[in-house]
Amino acid sequence: MLILECPYCGVKAEETELAAGGEAHLKRYGPGSSDDEFHDYLFMRENPKGVHFERWRHANGCGKWFHAARCTMTLEVFGTYPAQTTEPPQEICDKITAKRPGWSWREFSDGRKSSAA
Amino acid sequence: MSTRLAKHGRLIDRSKQIDFTFNGKTMKGYAGDTLASALLANGQVMMGRSFKYHRPRGVVASGAEEPNALMQLGTGDRYEPNQRATTTELFSGLQAQSQNHWPSLEFDVLSINNKLSRFLTAGFYYKMFIHPRPLWKHVYEPIIRKSAGLGAAPDAELKDADTYEHFYFFADVLVIGGGVAGLQAAKAAAASGAKVLVLEQNSYWGGRAPVDGGTIDGEAPEAWIEKTLAELRAMDNVTLRDRCMGSGVYDHGYALGYERLTDHAPGQGGPRHRLWRIRASQIVTATGAIERPLSFAGNDVPGVMLAGAMRDYVVNWGVKPGERVVVATNNDDAYRTALVLHDAGVEVVRVVDTRETGGGALMEAVREKGIRVELGRAIAKVKDGKSVTEVAICAQNGEGGAREIVQADAVAMSGGWSPVVHLWSHCGGKLIWDEVTASFRPDPERPPLGDKGQGFVVPAGAANGEFGLAALLEDAAVAGAKAAEAAGFPATTVAAAKGESVAEAQMEAVWLMPAKADVKLRMKSWLDYQNDVKVSDVQLAAREGYESVEHTKRYTTLGMATDQGKLSNINGLAILADSLNAEIPQVGTTTFRPPYHPISLGAIAGEARGEIFQPIRKTPMYDWHDRNGADWEPVGQWRRPFAYLRDGEDRHAAVNREVKNTRENLGLLDASTLGKLIVKGPDAGKFLDMMYTNMMSTLKIGKCRYGLMCSENGFLMDDGVVARIDEDTWLCHTTTGGAEHIHGWMEEWLQTEWWDWKVYVANVTEQYAQIAVVGPNARKVLEKLNAQAGGGMDVSREALPFMEWRDGQIGGFDARAYRISFSGELSYEIAVAASEGQAFWDALMEAGKEFGVMPYGTETLHILRAEKGFIMIGDETDGTVIPQDLGLNWALSKKKEDYLGKRAQQRSHMVDPDRWQLVGLETVDGSVLPDGAYAVGEGVNANGQRNMIGRVTSTYHSATLGRGIAMGLVKHGPKRMGEVIEFPGTDGKTYKAKIVDPVFYDKEGEKQNV
Repeated sequence: MLILECPYCGVKAEETELAAGGEAHLKRYGPGSSDDEFHDYLFMRENPKGVHFERWRHANGCGKWFHAARCTMTLEVFGTYPAQTTEPPQEICDKITAKRPGWSWREFSDGRKSSAA
Repeated sequence: MSTRLAKHGRLIDRSKQIDFTFNGKTMKGYAGDTLASALLANGQVMMGRSFKYHRPRGVVASGAEEPNALMQLGTGDRYEPNQRATTTELFSGLQAQSQNHWPSLEFDVLSINNKLSRFLTAGFYYKMFIHPRPLWKHVYEPIIRKSAGLGAAPDAELKDADTYEHFYFFADVLVIGGGVAGLQAAKAAAASGAKVLVLEQNSYWGGRAPVDGGTIDGEAPEAWIEKTLAELRAMDNVTLRDRCMGSGVYDHGYALGYERLTDHAPGQGGPRHRLWRIRASQIVTATGAIERPLSFAGNDVPGVMLAGAMRDYVVNWGVKPGERVVVATNNDDAYRTALVLHDAGVEVVRVVDTRETGGGALMEAVREKGIRVELGRAIAKVKDGKSVTEVAICAQNGEGGAREIVQADAVAMSGGWSPVVHLWSHCGGKLIWDEVTASFRPDPERPPLGDKGQGFVVPAGAANGEFGLAALLEDAAVAGAKAAEAAGFPATTVAAAKGESVAEAQMEAVWLMPAKADVKLRMKSWLDYQNDVKVSDVQLAAREGYESVEHTKRYTTLGMATDQGKLSNINGLAILADSLNAEIPQVGTTTFRPPYHPISLGAIAGEARGEIFQPIRKTPMYDWHDRNGADWEPVGQWRRPFAYLRDGEDRHAAVNREVKNTRENLGLLDASTLGKLIVKGPDAGKFLDMMYTNMMSTLKIGKCRYGLMCSENGFLMDDGVVARIDEDTWLCHTTTGGAEHIHGWMEEWLQTEWWDWKVYVANVTEQYAQIAVVGPNARKVLEKLNAQAGGGMDVSREALPFMEWRDGQIGGFDARAYRISFSGELSYEIAVAASEGQAFWDALMEAGKEFGVMPYGTETLHILRAEKGFIMIGDETDGTVIPQDLGLNWALSKKKEDYLGKRAQQRSHMVDPDRWQLVGLETVDGSVLPDGAYAVGEGVNANGQRNMIGRVTSTYHSATLGRGIAMGLVKHGPKRMGEVIEFPGTDGKTYKAKIVDPVFYDKEGEKQNV
């Protein structure tokens, strides 16, 4: 029964108010993409022990989608932020770096987006 | 034999005698008794038969940890099996029955299993699984089912007569446990101003302290408990609940409390149990400790008890366990039991202490009473039977030879105390091994973590491995203050109450008694009483290669019973560690999972049962349908009429009548449940082009288009008619079950992918009542209504053509009429304000009389659409079907670059020509195909099963055609028109059906376009 603060309405929402939406910051591939690109977009997901970025919806609240950065092992929440972004805000990355120096997740790591992986 | 003492019994009220029955026999107890203490007072030492071997068993413990004394309580709709006698408070009229024996507790035929025990060892079930299947099915399973088990299941036809409820609570500090540590912690936390909730599982406060003795602030513990309770009760920021067990600790400070309100007072009224759903900033676990049994042969014979429990029975309930008691121990605490027994006039024939050097001041006090204490000695064996008769004593450091036989009728045993670390561990708190107490205790460096990475559980007192009264109270005061501070309250220092208790000598870890017990003894030394697991079973598992404690648990079933190994776990893993030549901390513990103690399913369900299990959604015409024969069908949370039954009609006849009447005259369908979503904004057209496979942006104002929605995986997920309302507004109809889901689906894409698109979506499903007016007379009835009202919307073919909509007035009602048809007939779907729905329905029914109007239900809706070959989401689709499978290529825009699902539909498997495709199916004999039946083809697959070539997706009796019709998905179906294929039914028959066009009725679509 996690508690996540909705970045829109400011409510500290508990899990029964929320709907989980899987991995955050996926890039959509449509017609014109290769089979591999589309396959990865549709099916390949991170499953980290540690820092993770997820999509959540305040479904039984304000209805807004937002992102949460949290640790899958300790359940610590580093921060939540609006869904209208393609990458984690610097402020969130800094918070993670303060608690988990040397972290990395997909193309993001230790506070910065790594140069084209 | 056990009996009631003339004195002692601080919890019972001897002025209030209570009658109860055990196995039909009337017995007497006192108010304040538990069922266990009352049974002992009546000389009933034997209380049940064991799970596997049907050995006689008596009560071992005095609290929630009890493994043996499980009872069937109550009768009829209040019957409940597997209730602990130790946690069942006695009340007048209580009816208890012992379990797992036939024909009686005293004489149990299946005690033969005891003689067969060497064949019923660890992993017995797994080993049997290897044998030939028939042997398992016809021999082992029936025998095991009959012989193994606990209480009988309640009658499945009866409903629990009691009520239950949930209760929500927010606390800064939740203290679990109302013993002296819990009260001290609560006091310290409350002093800071924090909102404190204290839960105590028993009906009385103070835990073991009044039984164990010592002084607090110079007084008897009871005086301090009363005083502290009064202080806490006087504080506005403190809530105290007794009979309420802290059941589980979950993520981010969530906790469950299980309050038993009327178990002790049935008939009192109100809910029986209440589940407390608690959010706490910090949780203090002051859950005490549980005593460990000693593993010696016959340690399960009725009359063998934990030393602390035996003390409880004397002090709390004034019951003596026997006349002559042997005390066996590896620590000083059990000497307290010897003293209490002696004081109660019970003869303590021996104290057998495994320690060569013996104990401290408590041992000296026992010796002063003239009680014989033997050091370095052990119990070799308690003689089997229905009660203790003989105890064989030997050297601890030996194999069990050179025994001295002592006559006794009860044995008190103590293997030391283990902190109750369950609640600390539920959410990830880690443990460390404490050599001094030979037990696991919470590791303060590794608590369960909250959302900020902060520890949110603080153990206190004995639950933290602090056992002396002084240390325990100090630890609890610190824990309470620490919790309040962590919850954001100013640091306060409340001086801990000053505890004094007799200093104790070092205990000795003893995991087997005697230390080198031979195999015959080990086969009678029980670890897990409730699941009948012995020392020899764990050793066998280790020999067979089970090294992980989690695997050993499952192989031997150690700790898997309803008590979850509260007594057995540490002893079991110590034996495993010894067998593996490993240290105990290396072997580790199994995972502690909530609930701490079984809680009722009723409490979990709370109020969510019967009519309020979930909300029921009703259309504005619900009551009319109900009055007019509606045979209700649940559709999601909605209730829709399946059909309207007339007197003497069955469902089938009603449906046939409705189908024929709608085709020939006039039918009305309440279509209000269909989802209605308004999609509006400058980018709404662009957005709908992505949502639907069709082109919606080019739809002309005033027109309708049937649209399909696919998931990103390409699979068909919803369908419905879309109407263009104005330049930037569309109204999208969804399926009845899909409105909320599709609304959410649109929101998800708008918020997370195309957040810069200017589109707004509103779900207006419940704002409208929508009625389908269907049949050859549909236009006539609307024209009549308009004539009666002196004018209205022109509903002629020319003014309102097929697949268009108009706003206007019909019969004086503000209405929006859509010329759309899901039946193939002339049809208008008319939406009016929800508040006008019933009046409009009434007007249609009245005006429609001369045109043969009849309402029709969902089954007729289904048949009418199936006759026309229209697909239904959830019938023709199941999450693996793409539009191309259903011959819906015409609805897939070729002009659009992109829509959800388009890329997926280009993947190799999606364009495979072998995909099953939609066809119509006509049985050769006109019968109705079984729903879901599979068609079989030539040959067999890799598993030797017949190849499947298709399946039935919809099947009905068509009243219009007078025969069975069906739709199905068949491999290469559209190319196999006219072919007859076979569907084996589950009824043993094989159905033959011809592949035909899925449109059975009015193939040219003339009737809907008149």
